[in-house]
Amino acid sequence: MSHTNTPNIFTQDELGWTPWLEPLAEAELTERHWAGLVDASRAKSPYFMLLAHDPEVLEARTKADKDIFYNPNGGLPRAERELSATATSRHNGCIFCASVHSRFASSHSKRRDDVQKLLDEGTGADLGERWNAVKDAAVALSDTPIAFGSAEIDKLRAAGLDDFEITDVISASAFFNWANRLMLSIGEPLPPQQK
Amino acid sequence: MTTDLIDRVLSIAPGSHLDQLRRHREVARDNIEKAYVALFEPVNTTEVSSLERFAIARFVTGLHGPLVLGTHYAKALDSAADRSDIVAAITAETAAGKTTGPYGTYPEGPLSSENKAGLIYAVSLENRSVLGEKLSAALEHAHLLVFRPRDASKAALDALLAAGWSTAGIVTISQLVAFLSFQVRIVEGLSALAAHPAANNLNERLHEAASATA
Repeated sequence: MSHTNTPNIFTQDELGWTPWLEPLAEAELTERHWAGLVDASRAKSPYFMLLAHDPEVLEARTKADKDIFYNPNGGLPRAERELSATATSRHNGCIFCASVHSRFASSHSKRRDDVQKLLDEGTGADLGERWNAVKDAAVALSDTPIAFGSAEIDKLRAAGLDDFEITDVISASAFFNWANRLMLSIGEPLPPQQK
Repeated sequence: MTTDLIDRVLSIAPGSHLDQLRRHREVARDNIEKAYVALFEPVNTTEVSSLERFAIARFVTGLHGPLVLGTHYAKALDSAADRSDIVAAITAETAAGKTTGPYGTYPEGPLSSENKAGLIYAVSLENRSVLGEKLSAALEHAHLLVFRPRDASKAALDALLAAGWSTAGIVTISQLVAFLSFQVRIVEGLSALAAHPAANNLNERLHEAASATA
């Protein structure tokens, strides 16, 4: 069960994270595992070293992640891809994921107060027309059964998004429905001082 | 140009609007397919068998409602299972597990006011004897991850270990459920976009439809 010091609010602070199962040790890594880690520096991360037990899936996960969020070629501005990820994480309840991606949303948008409002008030927060459209689309897509449809698409278009940008909203939110479920279920966040 | 699973389930034609949208993030497109192949045509099936993978996939996609991907994995399970009682048990459990999410409990504190109660799913005794303890435990964990991921706990992983799953097996099961939660949303999101074209590309879409039927 949760420790007494488990983070219990959504925050933009840098949290730690500790696994509930044994990650691979660096000495156990074969070529296949290094390929799965994509960046050798990820061998320092207990999260990625735990996921490295299935290296082929990890490699594909990481490369899809990077393209969805970092590809600079058109589409949605990075800040709003991160907003979609943050709203998804807030809705699913992943305090750790929300902390990382709210920081990215803040630094790319320079709208730290609006990002904090989303964390504090939840997904009903009023963030202005364009951000509301992105946030509400991410939330509807994260519901089960999936509630995303023409109403969300109309709001995104009314806020000025074209179909390439809407596809990025969908991809970023969908991806965090993947990431949240891993991050929440194979370990837990730690308070900032223990990172 | 190669087509992939998402192209096939959504009948995406090369050069169509959805194809252009997907190919705009080509590396993601390729790696989403690679993740699918890694999970369903894996390098080895020692920790999680093909039958277990397709049973979990049929269950998880079915929990999301009547989706094209649900049909895909139901057919795949039919092919992978050599016993019809297993298919029938998975189908019955999928119906029994349906609810609405996300819900669950936060660590005690200010967020406790957002706690939301919901179904704590367990495989029925009858189907448990058909599916076995190991697969039943995996389905229960899958349901937790689909609907109430914030309820995940060390105890839930201990239940999987006790049912006979290894650490590597638990990582693969977790990736399966998490990936499927992603995959259904990509497919349904793109499908919604295709069904609701913008006024300014409606002419282009009508032209596509006309050439497709010509």
